[in-house]
Amino acid sequence: MNILKFITAGSVDDGKSTLIGRLLYDSKAVSHDILQTLERQSRNKADGELDLSLLTDGLRAEREQGITIDVAYKYFSTPRRKFIIADAPGHVQYTRNMITGASNADLAIILIDARQGVVEQTHRHSLVASLMGIPQIVVAVNKLDLVGYSEERFYKIAASYQELAEKLNLEHITFIPISALAGDNVVEPSANMPWYQGPTLLQHLETVETEAVAENQAPRFQVQYVIRPKSNEWHDYRGYAGSLRSGVFRRGDRVVVLPAGIESEIVAIEVNQQQVETAFAPQPLVLHLAHDIDVSRGDTIARLDAQPAVTQDLEATLCWMSEKPLQPGDKLLLQHNSATVKAIVKSIEYRVDVHTFDRLPDDKLQLNDIGFVHLRTARPLVFDAYRQNRHSGGFILVNEHTHDTVAAGLLECATELQVG
Amino acid sequence: MSTHFDYLDHLEAQAIHILREVAGQFERPALLFSGGKDSITLVHLALKAFRPGKLPFPLVHIDTGHNFPEVIHFRDKLAASLGEQLIVRKVEDTIRRQGLKDAVGKFPSRNALQTYTLLEVIEEFEFDACIGGARRDEEKARAKERIFSVRDEFGQWDPKRQRPELWDIYNGSIRKGDNVRVFPISNWTELDVWSYIQQENIALPAIYFSHSRNCIVTPAGQLLAITEHINLDHDDEIAVREVRFRTVGDATCTAAVESPATTIDDIIQEILLAKISERGATRLDDRLSEAAMEDRKKNGYF
Repeated sequence: MNILKFITAGSVDDGKSTLIGRLLYDSKAVSHDILQTLERQSRNKADGELDLSLLTDGLRAEREQGITIDVAYKYFSTPRRKFIIADAPGHVQYTRNMITGASNADLAIILIDARQGVVEQTHRHSLVASLMGIPQIVVAVNKLDLVGYSEERFYKIAASYQELAEKLNLEHITFIPISALAGDNVVEPSANMPWYQGPTLLQHLETVETEAVAENQAPRFQVQYVIRPKSNEWHDYRGYAGSLRSGVFRRGDRVVVLPAGIESEIVAIEVNQQQVETAFAPQPLVLHLAHDIDVSRGDTIARLDAQPAVTQDLEATLCWMSEKPLQPGDKLLLQHNSATVKAIVKSIEYRVDVHTFDRLPDDKLQLNDIGFVHLRTARPLVFDAYRQNRHSGGFILVNEHTHDTVAAGLLECATELQVG
Repeated sequence: MSTHFDYLDHLEAQAIHILREVAGQFERPALLFSGGKDSITLVHLALKAFRPGKLPFPLVHIDTGHNFPEVIHFRDKLAASLGEQLIVRKVEDTIRRQGLKDAVGKFPSRNALQTYTLLEVIEEFEFDACIGGARRDEEKARAKERIFSVRDEFGQWDPKRQRPELWDIYNGSIRKGDNVRVFPISNWTELDVWSYIQQENIALPAIYFSHSRNCIVTPAGQLLAITEHINLDHDDEIAVREVRFRTVGDATCTAAVESPATTIDDIIQEILLAKISERGATRLDDRLSEAAMEDRKKNGYF
C-alpha cells in the first residue's frame, strides 16, 4: 500500500471544506465522538444540515469566521491506499498557503463551482499547480445539483478549463462532476448523473498513478549530519548521513563531492545499520567514501557521470510570502534543503499576472506575487532545474532578522519560465 | 524498486530526515520523552537516524508525579539499556519553586502545570529545539501545526504567524531565546504508529495491553484507574475491569478502555473497529472546550 498526498484548491464558497468533510465522512474516517461534536456545532447553523466543513476548520478564528486560514492536514485511508490531504484556503491572500500545500503534493483537486465556471481564482490555482509541478490534476466541478445535474454545463466548463490548461502546459487532467454537499460522485456513484460513466472522485484517487520518476532521475544526496562515534568500538567510523532524494546509488559508484569538486568512491552504503549494495530514493542512508576528505553538512555527493549544476548566479521563479516587498539589493539567507548560503537579489525581471499569466515588468515583488529574479550567492549552490527535479530544484528564502520564511524559489537552468 | 517501499517506509524516511535536520541545525536539542508509545517510537527512529553514534540529544521527561509506575520503570530501563542521557524534571518542584497552585478536585490533573516545568527545563539547559511525538491526526489544532513549530521565549504558539513549510526544507533559524518544537511523526496516524511498532517489534510499557485493574466508573462511563492521586468518594462506582490504555498520560486524566487485547495484533484489530477517536476515548482534558488544545498550545504546551 502506498500514500497519495493531495491538495485541494478552490475559492471561498466552492465547497472545498465540505468536499473534504464528505471524503472523510463517507470513507468512515470520522469517529463517533467527532461526529457528535459536529452535530452539536451544526445545530447552531441556520439550515441545520450537518456542516462537514467543521471537520477541517481547526482554529477558533476559522470556526468563528467560517473560513480556512491555514493549511490543515487530514488523513484517511481505504483498503487500497493511504491519503494525506493538505487543505489550503482559497483566498488570494493565502496563495502562500496553497504553495506550501502544493510543494509536497502528488495531485491537486481544483474545485470549480458549476454555476460560476472557470473564474479568476481557477487561473491562480492552476498557475500554482503548474509552477509547483504537481503531476496530476483533478478538476472537480462541484454543485452540479444546483444546475440540474446538467451534462452540457459540465462539458462546457471542462472545455474552457482545457483552454486554460494548454496555456500552462498542464497535463494529466481528469474532470469529475460532483456535488460535495449531496455526495454525488465523491465516494458513491451518482444516480443523478447517468450520463457520467467515469470513476467517482475517491475511485480516481485510489487508482491514479503516482510518479515513480524519482528513481529514473540522477541520484541526489545532500549530507545532513556526519556520524562520528569516536568510541573504541567505532574508532575510525565516519559516515555521511542524509536522504537519497532521487535516483539510485550503488556501492562502488564513482562520485564527486560538490561544490568542492573532490572525486571519490562509495565504499559502503548503510540503511538501518545494515550494509546494502543498492539504495534508492527516498531512503535515509549513511554513506562511506574511499578517501578521507573534508565533507560537511550541506555538501552534495553526486555520481561523477550525472552531475548537477554548480553556480553562484541563479535564476529562479519566486513566490514572495512576506508583507515587506522584495527589492533588488535585498540580502537574504537561501536554504536549499540542508545547505544554507547568503544571497543577494541582483535584479527582478518581471512578475506574473496570476489571472492572465502576462509577464509584467516590475522591480518589486509584493506579498503573494510570483516573479522571476536573478540572485547571487556567497558560495556556489549545487542543484537541478526544478522542472527536471522537484527534490533538488526548490529552495526557500529566509529573512536574516525576523528568521521568517519569506519566499519559495524554483530554480531554472538557463531556460526561462514557460508561462505566457 | 519503490514498489517495495511501503507507506510505513515513507513515514519512517520522513521522520529520520527530520531528526537529522534537527541534529544538523540546532546547538542544543532535546527529545521530550513521556514513556508513551509515540515518544518510544521517536526514540526508535532516533536510533535509526544516528547509530552507531550517540544520540545528539538527551531524553527529557517532564514528570508530573501522577505517572503510572509501569511507565516510569520502563523509562528508566530504556534509558539505561541505550546508554543515553535521561533528564527528569518534576512538576512538584516547579510548583514549590514558583509557588503555583497544585491541581485540585477529584481527578487533579497536572497536565496544564507541565508547561511550567517544560519552560523551566528549556531555560535551564538552553534547549533550542524540543522534539515531541505529537501527531496531526490527534486533534484539530494540531492538524494545523508545522513540523518545525517556532515558539517564543514564553513557549507560545501563534497559529497566525506560522512559517510556510515547503518541500522537505525545514527552517530552524530562530532568535536567541526562542525555541522550536519539532514533530517528526506529524503525518502518522494512531494506526500507523501501532503498525510500525508491530513491524519493528518495539517494546512498550505493560499498561498498553489488557490487564485487570481497579477502576472508578465515572458517570459518563469512563474508566479511571484508582491510584493514590485520585480522591475517592463514598458513592463512587468501583469495579474491576479488563482494561488497557490507548494513550499514556497522567493517571488522573487518562482513562482506560475495556479491552481483551493482549497483543499488538489484537490492538490493531481493535483500532480498526474503534468508533471513538484516540483522544476522545481517553482524555478528560480535551473535553473542556472546543479549542482546549489550541489554547494550551498558545500558552506553551507541547
